[in-house]
Amino acid sequence: MDKLINLLYAAVLAGTPLLFGTLGEILTEKSGNLNLGVEGMMFMGGVAGLAGAFYYEKFVTAPSGALAVLIAVICAFFSGAFGALIYSFLTVTMRANQNVTGLALTIFGAGFGNFFGEVMANTTASGYAGVGNKIKDAFLGISIPGLSSIPFFGKLLFNYNILVYLGVIIAAAMAYLLNKTRAGLNLRAVGENPATADAAGINVTLFKYIATCVGGGICGIGGMYVVMVTCSGIWVHNCINGMGWIAVALVIFATWNPSRALLGSLVFGGLSILRLYLPLGIPMQIYGTLPYAATVVVLVATSIRQSREHRIPQSCGYNYFREER
Amino acid sequence: MVKQTETAVLLSNVVKRFGRVVANDKVSLEVRRGEILALLGENGSGKTTLMNMLSGIYYPDEGQIFVNGQEVRIGSPKDAFSLGIGMIHQHFKLVDVLTAAENIILGLPGKAKINRAALAGEIREISQKYGFRVDPNKKIYNMSVSEKQTVEIIKVLYRGADILILDEPTAVLTPQETDRLFDVLRKMKADNKAIIIITHKMHEVLSVSDRVAILRKGQVVGTVETKDANRQNLTEMMVGHAVSLKINRPQPAENGQEALKIEGLTCLNSDGIKALDNVSFTLRSGEIMGVAGIAGSGQKELCEAITGLCPVQQGAICLSRPEGENLNIVGLTPTEIIRSGISMAFVPEDRLGMGLVASMDIVDNTMLKSYKIGKGPFLDRKTPRALAKDIVGSLEIVTPGLNAPVRLLSGGNVQKVLLGREIASKPMVLIAAYPVRGLDINSSYRIYDLLNEQKKKGVAVLYIGEDLDVLLELCDWIIVLCGGRVSGILDASQATKEEIGLKMTHIDALKEADL
Repeated sequence: MDKLINLLYAAVLAGTPLLFGTLGEILTEKSGNLNLGVEGMMFMGGVAGLAGAFYYEKFVTAPSGALAVLIAVICAFFSGAFGALIYSFLTVTMRANQNVTGLALTIFGAGFGNFFGEVMANTTASGYAGVGNKIKDAFLGISIPGLSSIPFFGKLLFNYNILVYLGVIIAAAMAYLLNKTRAGLNLRAVGENPATADAAGINVTLFKYIATCVGGGICGIGGMYVVMVTCSGIWVHNCINGMGWIAVALVIFATWNPSRALLGSLVFGGLSILRLYLPLGIPMQIYGTLPYAATVVVLVATSIRQSREHRIPQSCGYNYFREER
Repeated sequence: MVKQTETAVLLSNVVKRFGRVVANDKVSLEVRRGEILALLGENGSGKTTLMNMLSGIYYPDEGQIFVNGQEVRIGSPKDAFSLGIGMIHQHFKLVDVLTAAENIILGLPGKAKINRAALAGEIREISQKYGFRVDPNKKIYNMSVSEKQTVEIIKVLYRGADILILDEPTAVLTPQETDRLFDVLRKMKADNKAIIIITHKMHEVLSVSDRVAILRKGQVVGTVETKDANRQNLTEMMVGHAVSLKINRPQPAENGQEALKIEGLTCLNSDGIKALDNVSFTLRSGEIMGVAGIAGSGQKELCEAITGLCPVQQGAICLSRPEGENLNIVGLTPTEIIRSGISMAFVPEDRLGMGLVASMDIVDNTMLKSYKIGKGPFLDRKTPRALAKDIVGSLEIVTPGLNAPVRLLSGGNVQKVLLGREIASKPMVLIAAYPVRGLDINSSYRIYDLLNEQKKKGVAVLYIGEDLDVLLELCDWIIVLCGGRVSGILDASQATKEEIGLKMTHIDALKEADL
C-alpha cells in the first residue's frame, strides 16, 4: 500500500509540468492556433522563473521564500507569454504558417533558455546558476496542518508543493471558462469556425492573441516547475528535454478537455518515474522510452476514435483572414 | 424601439467596385415594411454584393443607405445588427459542435455565465411566435439542412432584426420545407417586418413575394409588382433578351440496350454509416435518368461506387462494354475499370477538385484522361492540344487562351471544359453530378443541350440534379433517393413535383412517426 501511495505521489510531482504544458496548449488550440512551440515556451519560462528567484535572492538581504515563488511564477508566466506573443504576431497578424512558426519557437526557446542559463551560471563563483536553500525549500511540499496527517489521503492529497495546487486550480478554472461562460463559448467558436465568429461580431484576432499568450504563459510556468522543483532550483543544460512535446501529445490524449488533462499528466508522470518504484529488472533505457512509447500508442488510439465532440477544433492549424474586400 | 417608417431601407445610387470590376452600378432600391421583396438576377448580377453592403460585410464606394429614413454607415455586421438588419447567408454561418442555443447567442453581450434554461425559454418563445420547430439543445452537426436554416433565422430574430435578408434560402430545401419556410416568411411579413429574398427561382418569386427587383450586370433593370409579373417577362428582364424556357426532351431510344445495371447496391460512407442501402435500377442507352434527393441522400456514394472510388459492401454494378460481355465492376479499382475496356465518363460535383486541376491549363487537363496512353516516358502534347482546341471551339468556351489555368475561367466555362473532355472520350455511360450548379441560365441551357445531344447519340446518361423542375423536364426517368434507399422510380413525363418531394422525405417521415 505504501508503495502505491509513494508511486502516485511521485507521479503527481512528475506529471505537474506536463499538466501546465497541456493546459496551456489546450487553451491555445481552442483559439485555433496550433502552437508547436510548447517546448520552447517551457524553456523560456524555466529560465525566466529561475532568473527571477535568483536575482531576487541576490539583491535582497533577507529573501522570503513565498515571495520568491510568486516572483518565479510571474516571471515564468510573462516569459512564456512573450514567446507566445511572438508566435501570435507571426501567425495571426503576419499569417505565417503555424507549424513552421511553432517549430521555430521551440528552437528559439531552447537556445534562449540555455543561453541565459549559462549567462547566469557565469556570474557565480561556483559556476552554476542556482538558488539558496531557503528559496529551494519554498518549492518543496507543504504539509497542510491537520489534513496532511490523515492516513492514506493525507500524503496523497495534502502534501504537495504549491505549484501542484495551482495546476489543478488552473485546470478547473479553464473547464469552467470553456463550458459555462460566454467568453469560453466565443473562444470555442473562434477555434472552430472563425468566419462564423467574425460574422457574429466576435473580435477573432483579439481572442486568438489573448488565448495564445495566456496559454503560452501557463506553459512557461510548467518550465519553471521543471527548473525549480524537479532540478531543485539549478539550471541544468537542456532540462526540459522533450516534455513540451509530450504535452502536445497529451492535448490529444485529453481530447482538448482540461479535466482530462489532469488524468493524462498523472499517467505520463507515473510512466516517467516508474523505474524508481517498480523495479522489473529490465534495462534503464527501456524505462526511459516508456513515456514516448505511450505517446505513440495514445496518438494512434485517439486518431482511430471518431467522436465528433472530442476532435481537434476545426480551424486549428489554419490562419484566418477575412476574404479580400 | 427604433422609429418605424413605412420604408425600412432605401438605397440610393450605391456603387461597389472590386478592382476594375463594377459589381453594383448606381443601384437604387426601396424596401418597405410588411412586404417581401424578391431580388432576382443571374449569377454575378450583383445581388449578393448588394445585400452584403446592407449586412456590413462590404462597404459601398459611393451612394447612400437610409434605414428608417436616417442616413447610416454600416461598417461591420455589428452595425447592421444594431440597425435591426439580419442576413441569413447561403452558406450557413454556424459552429458545428455547438448547440442551437449556443450558436444563437454567439458573440452577444451579457452576463459572463450563460443561463441555459432562460435562453432555451426565449428561443421557444420566438419559435412559437413564428411556427419554427427547433430543439435549442441539439448540436448543429446532428441537424438537417432545414433545421440549420431555422437556427440561422432564429439567430437573426433573437438579435432583434426586423429587416431580414435571405440569400438563396431554398437552394437546399425540399418543396415541403420550402413551403414551410414561406409560411414563416408570411408570418413575419404580417408582423410588419421587411423581408428581402435573393433567388433565381422564378416560381418562388411568383408565389411568395410582393414586389420583384431585377438585377442585371450590377444594375437594377426594373422593379415590378409581383401580381403584374409572369415567368416569361421576368426571365427576359433578367437575361436581357428573349429566351425559350422550355428544355426539350427528345424521345428516348427504343429498346436501348442495358448500359448500366445496379442490383442491391449497399455502400458505407467515410463515417461507417450506410450511405446506400439496397439500391437497384437499370439505365439504358439513349436515356437520361435523373437522380433526385435531399443533399446527402447517397448521391455522392452512388456516383463514386459506379466509378470505382467508393468501396461496395454488397451488390453488383454491371456495365456493358463495346467489345465483350457485361462486366461487374464491384471490387475493381478505377484503373482496372478503365483497362477492362468500359467506356464511362464522370462529371463530378466538385469540378475543380475531382474533375479538373485548377492550376493547370486546358491542354493539361484534357491530357489527364489520356496521358497514360503512348510509348516511352515522354508525353504526347500534340493530340490533347488539338482536342482542347476542338473543345474550346465547339463548346464556345470563353478563355484567355489554351494555356491559361482553368481556375481563371468562369463557372460555366469550367463546366464546359470538363464536360467537353468527358464527352470526347465517346462514353457509353455518362454520369453528371450537379452539372449546372452555380451556372447562369444561358450556360445551364447549353449544358442541357449537350446532354440531350449525347442522349441522341445513344449514350446512357445518369443526371444527379437538385432542381426538380429541370429534372422533370430533362429526364426520361427519375429515381428518388431517400436516406440511401430508392423510394421510387418515376416516369418523368407523368410525375409531379409534389410526388417527388414526398418521396424525397417519406422514409424520414416514417421514422419520425415511429419515434
